Amino acid sequence: MQPPRLTGVLVLVAVLAAAGAFGWWRRRRDGRLRVVAPAGDASHRAALAALGVRPGTVTLVQFSAPVCAPCRAARRVLEDVAGRVDGVALLEVGVEEHLDRARELDIWRTPTVLLVDGAGRIVRRAAGVPDRADLLAALAPLTHEVRA
Amino acid sequence: MLLDPRGPRFAAALTTVVLAVALVTGSGWLVLAQAVVFALTAAHPRLGPYGLVFRAVVAPRLAPPVELEPFAPVRFAQLVGLAFATVGAVGWLAGLPLLGLVATAAALAAAFLNAAFGLCLGCEGYLALRRLTGRPLAARVPLPPR
Repeated sequence: MQPPRLTGVLVLVAVLAAAGAFGWWRRRRDGRLRVVAPAGDASHRAALAALGVRPGTVTLVQFSAPVCAPCRAARRVLEDVAGRVDGVALLEVGVEEHLDRARELDIWRTPTVLLVDGAGRIVRRAAGVPDRADLLAALAPLTHEVRA
Repeated sequence: MLLDPRGPRFAAALTTVVLAVALVTGSGWLVLAQAVVFALTAAHPRLGPYGLVFRAVVAPRLAPPVELEPFAPVRFAQLVGLAFATVGAVGWLAGLPLLGLVATAAALAAAFLNAAFGLCLGCEGYLALRRLTGRPLAARVPLPPR
């Protein structure tokens, strides 16, 4: 072993500080539901239809990958939410099989969850595991709309 | 194949310590040793030395796991770590200390994020990489059971 080097120590401190700040920032943002405005883009609608999103149904679309560990947690949240709200369909899309659709829908990370309303428009988007309560709150007005 | 998720997390913590020591001492051999650990773990999770320590020493002292995670993301992370550690070791040992420093620092950042936040940087970047290259990287990775 060589004696400790000042450069190595400085790089170590810088790396830990930068990674710590990034990790903290990411944890705060992860899974946050974002309002998509303006809702509904024609090309997005076509891509969603090609993936099997049915018109007239509120759908939660989850993009997953074989190397994605949090995808399982996201799936559990979505299944739980769909079990609590009537008339919500779930659709899990493997990005490996649908790389072109992932490009069209601007998906960069897995899991990404899209909330699609009955008119086939994307109204919310979350990268990461979404929060159950946030999803339920976002779904409430939509499912009402579909039922009415 | 399913794993106790605390195993890879523990392994990431050990990896962080090893890479931190390697960075401070500038030891290419230590980075090379870590590369071998990455390679063994990627080859089979039961072969991973850190996983062995976890199962022998740590797991018996913990409550049984409440959930299991698939091996595919863990393997992918190990392969990303292997790539960086290999470049780092080659850098130090071939007399390119800047290369060694940068590659080791990158591997350390990823290991630290995994250990401290449970964030798998390689897995996060996977789709972005696939989108940019369009190459079937995942063909070598087994699908998790659904």
